[in-house]
Amino acid sequence: MPLLDIAGLTVTFSTDAHQFIAVDDVDLTIDEGEVVGVVGESGSGKSVMALSLLGLIDFPGRVGARRMTFAGHDLRGIGDRERRDLVGKDIAMIFQDPLASLDPCYTVAHQLMEALAVHGTERERSSRVARRTRALELLQQVEIPDAAARLNAYPHQLSGGMAQRVMIAMAISCQPRLLIADEPTTALDVTVQAQVLDLLLRIQRETHMALILITHDLAIVAETAHRVIVMYAGQQVETGPLPEVFETPAHPYTQALLAALPESSRDHARLQAIPGVVPGAHDRPAGCLLSPRCRYAVARCHRDEPALLGPPGRGARCHFRLDAQGHPTGGWALERRVEAIET
Amino acid sequence: MLAFLLRRIVLIVPTFIGVTLLAFALIHLIPGDPVENISGERGMDPARRERLLHEFGLDKPLPVQYIEYVGQVLRGNLGTSLTTHEDVSTEFLTLFPATIELAFFALLFSVIVGLPAGIVAAIKRNTVADYAVMGVSLTGYSMPIFWWALLLILFFSVYLGWTPVSGRISVEYDVPATTGFMLIDTLRSGDFGAFRSALSHLILPSIALGTIPLAVIARMTRSSMLEVLREDYVRTARAKGLPRWQVIVVHALRNALIPVITVIGLQVGLLLSGAILTETIFSWPGVGNWLIHGVQSRDYPVVQGGILLIATIVITVNLIVDMLYGVINPRIRHA
Ligand SMILES: Nc1ncnc2c1ncn2[C@@H]1O[C@H](COP(=O)(O)OP(=O)(O)OP(=O)(O)O)[C@@H](O)[C@H]1O
Ligand SMILES: [Mg+2]
Repeated sequence: MPLLDIAGLTVTFSTDAHQFIAVDDVDLTIDEGEVVGVVGESGSGKSVMALSLLGLIDFPGRVGARRMTFAGHDLRGIGDRERRDLVGKDIAMIFQDPLASLDPCYTVAHQLMEALAVHGTERERSSRVARRTRALELLQQVEIPDAAARLNAYPHQLSGGMAQRVMIAMAISCQPRLLIADEPTTALDVTVQAQVLDLLLRIQRETHMALILITHDLAIVAETAHRVIVMYAGQQVETGPLPEVFETPAHPYTQALLAALPESSRDHARLQAIPGVVPGAHDRPAGCLLSPRCRYAVARCHRDEPALLGPPGRGARCHFRLDAQGHPTGGWALERRVEAIET
Repeated sequence: MLAFLLRRIVLIVPTFIGVTLLAFALIHLIPGDPVENISGERGMDPARRERLLHEFGLDKPLPVQYIEYVGQVLRGNLGTSLTTHEDVSTEFLTLFPATIELAFFALLFSVIVGLPAGIVAAIKRNTVADYAVMGVSLTGYSMPIFWWALLLILFFSVYLGWTPVSGRISVEYDVPATTGFMLIDTLRSGDFGAFRSALSHLILPSIALGTIPLAVIARMTRSSMLEVLREDYVRTARAKGLPRWQVIVVHALRNALIPVITVIGLQVGLLLSGAILTETIFSWPGVGNWLIHGVQSRDYPVVQGGILLIATIVITVNLIVDMLYGVINPRIRHA
């Protein structure tokens, strides 16, 4: 049984006038010790999905799922108390902006010890000294130089990279079985991005925890993840093992994302960025959500919404899955020709 | 921090000049003068009037009077009252405890009620509780003190008979004024009845005076809490699995309080100016009442000295609040 098993996860935000589906029927499973990458443009619902796993979606947001279990606990309709026993202990999360994610009013030590006081070992929960010792250990574990002195630092005295290390220390303080890292390096200097990522992956290997790595950097996912989920406008458009998905993408969106990577565009004349933006609350198209931006879109794409189909663990949400050569299949060429004749 | 303090202290000089000038100009702008006031309706023969004016130093040109006054003030002399012939600072100091007592309880009332009300309104945003808190505080804020005070008196004192109408304590009690704070003095005298009487006299004036600060504090707390609740570090605290109260009190409220403390400090000026009206309505023997009498009798030294002292106190309190701001906000403390 997978550690986290989610099927049909949907998160909607309702305003007076209408509903906005931020996460649309997403399936996600992850095993102990596995690294799953989640990629997608800004606004594709990556953060909302992650937050819904921790129960951090507030009114007017609503979370629904066909199945949502973590280590045998059903997360749907879980009580506040029971959820708090999991969140921060077995499921931890780090965020995009580490400096904003630390409370400016408290020292690093305080914020580290706080989690230990709630979820730590029996000794840590009862003894302040034990918590402080552990906090120092944690800072050393995330390779913060001069850790003892940093214990008493306030967040504004830290650099972004250092702050993210503190966040990592905080997240792993109670040995989580699943860590969700939501764009953990996006806000950092390029020079420290790699260091922080290496640290995160080293800890993941050492502790054998599962890691959901959210990013819009495909290169990072390609290097680190076992599997990938590509998201677009709240939907999972492609999912499967790596490097397979990146070598032979089955969905035009994945193909376009890969083509936009600097290294693959080097041989092309110019960068193949995808024109347009992710549809928001007011401009959701009919049919396939990608259809207005898809280079392969034909009449059927604007009309019928495709389902996520494919062999087990290798789905793509497209009527005309791409083949190994990157060409659309399933009668696409025929449709195109018919359209060309009609116009 | 030190540089910050120095900057603030340097700023006091122009403030001082401004306040003295304003107090001086305002009281001289009011028609009439102290001599006219002494002479009453019957009038006074011009020679005597001249002599009195000269005696009070009021025959010199205004700029000269002002310079002389400032010179005196700088030597620590606020002059003597033209009506009681008492030293202005002495009079102020004897009456001031009564005003502090009133302002303190008004502030206490506004904080004790306003802070939780603001917190509840923020947490229960867009619910009946929120609308109730905001509605009541808006009403309280727009209610003129004198009108509100009269309503309170009519209802609680006249109709229900729960509280006394005016004064600081019933006439039957004679408590030696050692500290000037009636509650402390009555406690020291060991007379519990007197203490109760003093306390019951405090209730309505405190509510009347504290209502506007209460509204300001409640609204500020609410908006500050709402802002803070959206912050990433609150999300982090929740992601740690902390109990809800701990997220709200330890993380949200602690940060939300930073601007609220400043606002509370700013209320001190409002309280002292509001005290003037409140004291007049409730015949509260404090400096507000004294100032009003000073204005009525054109007692220039009393009015100028009183305003100057009150301004000094407001400035000092604001300075303390700014320093406190550094204490509660690590980002400033270590800047
Ligand atoms: N509390 C909320 N109320 C209403 N809409 C929301 C809320 N939170 C997020 N959304 C919407 O949900 C959509 C997905 O947002 P999300 O933050 O998950 O995107 P993302 O994939 O994480 O993007 P990024 O790469 O910029 O972090 C966005 O259109 C956003 O406006
Ligand atoms: Mg995001």
